[in-house]
Amino acid sequence: MPSDSSAAGLSLDPPPPALPGRLTLFLAFARMSLAGFGGVLVFARRAIVDRHRWMTADEFNETFALCHFLPGPNIVNLAVVFGARIRGLTGSIAAFLGLLAPPFLIVTTLALLYAHFGDVPALRRVLNGVSCAAVGLLLAVTWRMMLPLLKRREPVALAMLAIVFVAVGIMRWPLPRVLLATIPLSIAATWLARRRKAA
Amino acid sequence: MTGPLFGIALAFGWLSLFAVGGAAAAIPEIHRIAVDLNHWMTDAQFADAYAIAQLSPGPNVLIVSLVGYHVAGIAGALVATLAMCVPTAALAYTVSRLLKRAGDSPWPALVQAALVPLSIGLMAASGLVLAFAADGSIAAVALTLGAAVLAATTSLNPVWLLVAGGVLGLLGWI
Repeated sequence: MPSDSSAAGLSLDPPPPALPGRLTLFLAFARMSLAGFGGVLVFARRAIVDRHRWMTADEFNETFALCHFLPGPNIVNLAVVFGARIRGLTGSIAAFLGLLAPPFLIVTTLALLYAHFGDVPALRRVLNGVSCAAVGLLLAVTWRMMLPLLKRREPVALAMLAIVFVAVGIMRWPLPRVLLATIPLSIAATWLARRRKAA
Repeated sequence: MTGPLFGIALAFGWLSLFAVGGAAAAIPEIHRIAVDLNHWMTDAQFADAYAIAQLSPGPNVLIVSLVGYHVAGIAGALVATLAMCVPTAALAYTVSRLLKRAGDSPWPALVQAALVPLSIGLMAASGLVLAFAADGSIAAVALTLGAAVLAATTSLNPVWLLVAGGVLGLLGWI
């Protein structure tokens, strides 16, 4: 644990330079969150790996992989797991609050303004334009994530992608039901495909 | 006021457990809950909420704060955000404590390979649902596609595309 590391320099793993305290954690996550327009992940990687060197790139990737495949907002999970690794439960809470409290205040202020001025025609036109562009950005991100699957021509992965897209996007079936059916199906199909490839 | 707050907490707390692939993948279900099921807001208001969430810094999950605010003011925003984040944060905390090291991932490569296409399919569904909510004209569809192509093929900062969309909207072209 960090508090023991000053004892005699006898720790087996050389500790990363100066582990952050709770206030530092809060401020660091607040800073990356407020820099993060359209997603915080890029800024989190830059701050944690490049600027502060609190994690190596590999450690960051492994931590993110864990957070990505647990349910819930990935970046919130990342903050909590990272805070826990550094300072235990209170570290988790500090990172969680740093990540969410400042942008929450901003977004609620915008919500308040929207509630008062949302019907002003000029604002309506601006928001409409912004939302159209924002949808385009989401489509671009999705396309970029899909590219590796298209390049490798994995029929199972592409079929599962299509099934979920139709079930949730077109049929508008409830997400829990769709996932309870497709997660086991996808795992089984992926396993079978890999076994066939290996044989 | 306890009525709507309880409904918000229950809806988003339950949804968060199925938010595989993060907030962007959960958009269709958030839309289903807020627009189709509970009639908390219209399609246009949902598209506005998405735009505002994209315009503000911070995690994408804050769109649930806007939905919550729309239903029950500041308290609604707070309850929606906590319901969406706390249960899964507690789960992530517990799992990471059990694992101790980042390298001891419980997710074998097989499960990862099986989940990736599902979360991409959900994000594509999000794009479709939002496009139906936001794009009411040919010009709007053209703007969406134009932004998609520019974002996919250049390294332009996305904020400029949002600003450009806002300006085109203000000029009345959308």
